[in-house]
Amino acid sequence: MLVTKYVITSSESNILPSDIAMKIYGSKYEVLVKETCFGVVINGEEEVINALIKEIRALDPAGIFIKDRGFPPGDPRRCRGRRGGGARPGFYMIESESKMLPMISRALASKGDIPAIPEKKKPLPIKRLEEIVKNGLS
Amino acid sequence: MAKVIVYPPTSMILSDLVERMGHKALVVPEAVRKLVTANEIDSPPLNVTPEEPKKGLRYAAVDVPSGVRGRMALIGPIIEEAEAAIIVEDPGWLTGCAGCSRTNELVRLLIRTKGVPVLDLSYPTNDAEARVFVQKIRAFLEDLL
Repeated sequence: MLVTKYVITSSESNILPSDIAMKIYGSKYEVLVKETCFGVVINGEEEVINALIKEIRALDPAGIFIKDRGFPPGDPRRCRGRRGGGARPGFYMIESESKMLPMISRALASKGDIPAIPEKKKPLPIKRLEEIVKNGLS
Repeated sequence: MAKVIVYPPTSMILSDLVERMGHKALVVPEAVRKLVTANEIDSPPLNVTPEEPKKGLRYAAVDVPSGVRGRMALIGPIIEEAEAAIIVEDPGWLTGCAGCSRTNELVRLLIRTKGVPVLDLSYPTNDAEARVFVQKIRAFLEDLL
């Protein structure tokens, strides 16, 4: 079965989308590659793609992220070139999560103790609010 | 290897972390792929046939908006397949398949009432939180092995 995956690089990664594309061109795998601003889209047989992903991840284990995609690359139903411009709906999700990738990359690469985080302030419970109101009015 | 559903069901970070740690991430693009790349397209361009709203009716009543039922036709079977779940609340940005708030409420409810192990998290806002975020996911997924 043909599958499509996004390979997305963290903005702090030393690996560029073009490096990944070149790695795929130079590999023995028969896959379709589309280079984008945030990474590459690859399409091919499931076993081939899974083997290729392992090799791509090895370029920067903490800085390369993989995501499934439903539509094949360049599909006229999603390609903005055919739809008259504008990003496709799924791009906004990738754009938003991409801002977080450097943090996640550093977290994946880090070793040692996990820092303690103070608990976030919770909103005032209703019962406590009622007590305050009653005390204030009496 | 466990089948882990992630919420948001289109999340790149969550699905990557699940796959990276040796499990199968259940995500919406897989369900979309089955429809849009089927050899026999009955109903172009997206191959949404009258069967899809019927599947959605298993999870939401007929008077529920069609957008919810349509989304549930994709996400509902994934929830049924799930053996564990990771839910990240309040991402602040959800679009496309995950862009309907009522569907998202129903998805979270169905996951919680299914009785599978659930990890609740928030997206990190700084490095310390990110380390805790990754560590919690790692520990949760290791326990599933």
